[in-house]
Amino acid sequence: MKNRVAYFGVFTALALIFSYIETLIPVNFGIYGVKLGLANLIIVVALYKIGIGEAFLLSVVRVVLSGFLFGNYFSIIYSLAGGMLSLAVMSLLKRSGGFSVMGVSIAGGVFHNIGQLIVAMLVVETFSVIYYVPVLLTAGMLAGLVIGIAANGMLRRLKGLKM
Amino acid sequence: MKTGLKKKDWLLILIILCVAGLTVLAHTYIGGRGANKVVVKVDGVIQGTYSLSEDGRIEINDGTNVIEISNGKADMIEADCPDQLCVNQKAVSRNHENIICLPNKVVVEVESVEESEYDAVTN
Repeated sequence: MKNRVAYFGVFTALALIFSYIETLIPVNFGIYGVKLGLANLIIVVALYKIGIGEAFLLSVVRVVLSGFLFGNYFSIIYSLAGGMLSLAVMSLLKRSGGFSVMGVSIAGGVFHNIGQLIVAMLVVETFSVIYYVPVLLTAGMLAGLVIGIAANGMLRRLKGLKM
Repeated sequence: MKTGLKKKDWLLILIILCVAGLTVLAHTYIGGRGANKVVVKVDGVIQGTYSLSEDGRIEINDGTNVIEISNGKADMIEADCPDQLCVNQKAVSRNHENIICLPNKVVVEVESVEESEYDAVTN
């Protein structure tokens, strides 16, 4: 039980490192907002390993810190909206049962993009960004699947880890 | 190969793909409104931008192609190419709709004026 704080620190550090690695990869899919979201791997693992509350806290800490380190004011707002919505949907699906880690992660990836799109709509004050929906949905799904497969493997290897 | 995906996972993937498909359809039929100009390109180079609200005929490429704008729609009415595919294509008026004459490398695309300012904001 008292290990939780230490583990939370480790997870935060890991999430930050993944955020950093993400900025190093010069992957440009040609469309704004399409990326893998490596840090979400840690969030998914935390959701399964520690719990919903801690995963939320981890997500907020991760977004704010990485936003200050690698991003800007705008990227914090976008990531926060995406991260919160994504995590809310993921915890709902996890609780409802019947979904594998991959399924939960896919929903997370998709709703991460939807959350960002909603903020984009509010900022630009237009519905024209709807044009990006099909791209963002498909991209979110693929990214979520990749992250889900990785998280699944990670969770299998972390079975012995008692939180 | 065992994927480990459960029934509900596949259902989720299916739903997402359906929604994505539906938004594509919705965009083609609803989201195209607000388009008000037509851009003419030859071999990738913009030759001119014309308002859809002003009727008229435009000769492109020294007369190899002629488009006509009327009732807010742009239509290719003449082309010197043998297949006449672009002439047979219906008139365009919705955002991102286009007429392409491949032999003459002519592209006529509908656009809306207030586009292309988002990238600066989102980046």
